[in-house]
Amino acid sequence: MTQLALVIDLNVCVGCHACVTSCKEWNTSGWAGPMVDQNPYDGSPTGTFFNRVQTFEVGVFPNTETVHFPKSCLHCEEPPCVPVCPTGASHKRADNGVVLVDYDKCIGCKYCSWACPYGARELDEQEKVMKKCTLCIDRITDATLSDRDRQPACVLACPTSARLYGDVHDPDSEVSVAIRERGGYQLMPEWGTKPANHYLPRQKNRMYISPEELTRVDNPLRKEDLTTYTGEETLDDVAW
Amino acid sequence: MHPAFSVIFLTTLLGAGQGLFLAMFTGQLYALARFLPTQEDQFYAIGSLVALLLLVIGLGASFFHLGRPERAWRSAAMWRTSWLSREVIILPILMALVFAYSVAHLMHWTQPWFRIGESLGVDATLLVGLLGTIASFALFVSTAMIYASVKFLEEWHSTFTVANFTLLGLASGFMLAAAYSAYIGNPLVPFFGTWAVVLTLAAFVSRGAHLMRNARLKHKSSVQTAIGVRHTAVVQKAQGAMGGSFNTREFFHGRSPATVRFIRNTFLVLVFPIPILLIVAAYAIESTTLPILAFVVQYLGLIAERWYFFAEAKHPQNLYYQSIS
Repeated sequence: MTQLALVIDLNVCVGCHACVTSCKEWNTSGWAGPMVDQNPYDGSPTGTFFNRVQTFEVGVFPNTETVHFPKSCLHCEEPPCVPVCPTGASHKRADNGVVLVDYDKCIGCKYCSWACPYGARELDEQEKVMKKCTLCIDRITDATLSDRDRQPACVLACPTSARLYGDVHDPDSEVSVAIRERGGYQLMPEWGTKPANHYLPRQKNRMYISPEELTRVDNPLRKEDLTTYTGEETLDDVAW
Repeated sequence: MHPAFSVIFLTTLLGAGQGLFLAMFTGQLYALARFLPTQEDQFYAIGSLVALLLLVIGLGASFFHLGRPERAWRSAAMWRTSWLSREVIILPILMALVFAYSVAHLMHWTQPWFRIGESLGVDATLLVGLLGTIASFALFVSTAMIYASVKFLEEWHSTFTVANFTLLGLASGFMLAAAYSAYIGNPLVPFFGTWAVVLTLAAFVSRGAHLMRNARLKHKSSVQTAIGVRHTAVVQKAQGAMGGSFNTREFFHGRSPATVRFIRNTFLVLVFPIPILLIVAAYAIESTTLPILAFVVQYLGLIAERWYFFAEAKHPQNLYYQSIS
């Protein structure tokens, strides 16, 4: 079975919010109706977003590290938001594993948002239905698009290629290889929700140099040579 | 969690309505067993009509919780998996049964249909009352399980939630039955009052145990598991929005810890000791107004109790919304 998902590389995410704006632009103009913006030019702008980039500081100054953390629906393989929905509006697509809300069936009871530990669902204050990341279902299932364009808007927008997209059930896909070889992990694994989206950890490229590498120890014979020298030519004299 | 008054009124009014109906039927059973003087049919009929009124107002309050109330009919669909769906199905069934119970008494449909043994004549009111009792308890369980089944809200994910909803609903219902009996000057005040006190004490034990459990609760998730970074010092610096979001409005009550503590202490006083003392005093001085006051005080306390129930629960998604910037 196919399970489409995103793999987000925290190592290269620079926190530019391009995924946030491209997501909003694509999905607010799409078939599912607008995503509300309230007070967009006033003091407290608020609205519906499928994707948000948050920032965390790890460590204590001066030994700190800034982690930019894009967060959207993780399209769990055991989605806890789906069984609690009283109308069946919240569902997981059987063919590609994307978790979706049928906006025509949703009654806006917010129960699914209580059942999501990640805060991935937001009630739209204008349409009064629950909204969430669709993985750009209208793009990725549109067979008229080229392969390059058949990807979520956030993936296409990311300038650092921090967002990988693919089938995490296919062991040879780009995302599966990235998860396997680069330590991909899931958020809040303690709840057993089995998120399909994975995150790649921060990695530092460190070069370890031992003192032996700095001191010239070209000639291994010198270490092992037990001969007592009395001024005659040695192998070193010959070698240079 | 943000305490929504729609849900606070829904759960407390349904609880009192179910409790009042169960009190009426209990009164009828005791009278049948000749432990109590038999009442006129009108007593049960009006009592269960009041219970029905509470259920209707509670149902009405629930609509204010919905973004799209006109689609509420859809919510009966997923009864196989969703406790909310189950509640939506059981509530109208109970309302129909309570209404039928009331009508059966009003119309004096008390001719036994058949007899069990010598003395027990089973009539329409008894059968409908029995079905209503089953539906009432099913509704208590469904309502409470809506909250208790969400494993992420660890404060709610407990048997205590079901016990509290049931016992507090029964206590307030029997308290209302005592108030109703006192209002019409009927001799059943001590009977309903005693049951109300017993149920209030039982609810106190259950609610107190729940509070103690939650005070010692250790949450499964931390900011470390939330973003998957293993370090003792992880602090949020931005949540991706400046003006708040659904996540900050729905999952935070926005009150100070002192306010929350005040509400808790308020409900601990209003729900348990004061109504019990009022009922005892009413018994001692044979007052017909104190039981009414007891119910009103306890119901106000239950609103505070339900408010605290929501405010106490900490959702793991809050880990992602600790700091605006």
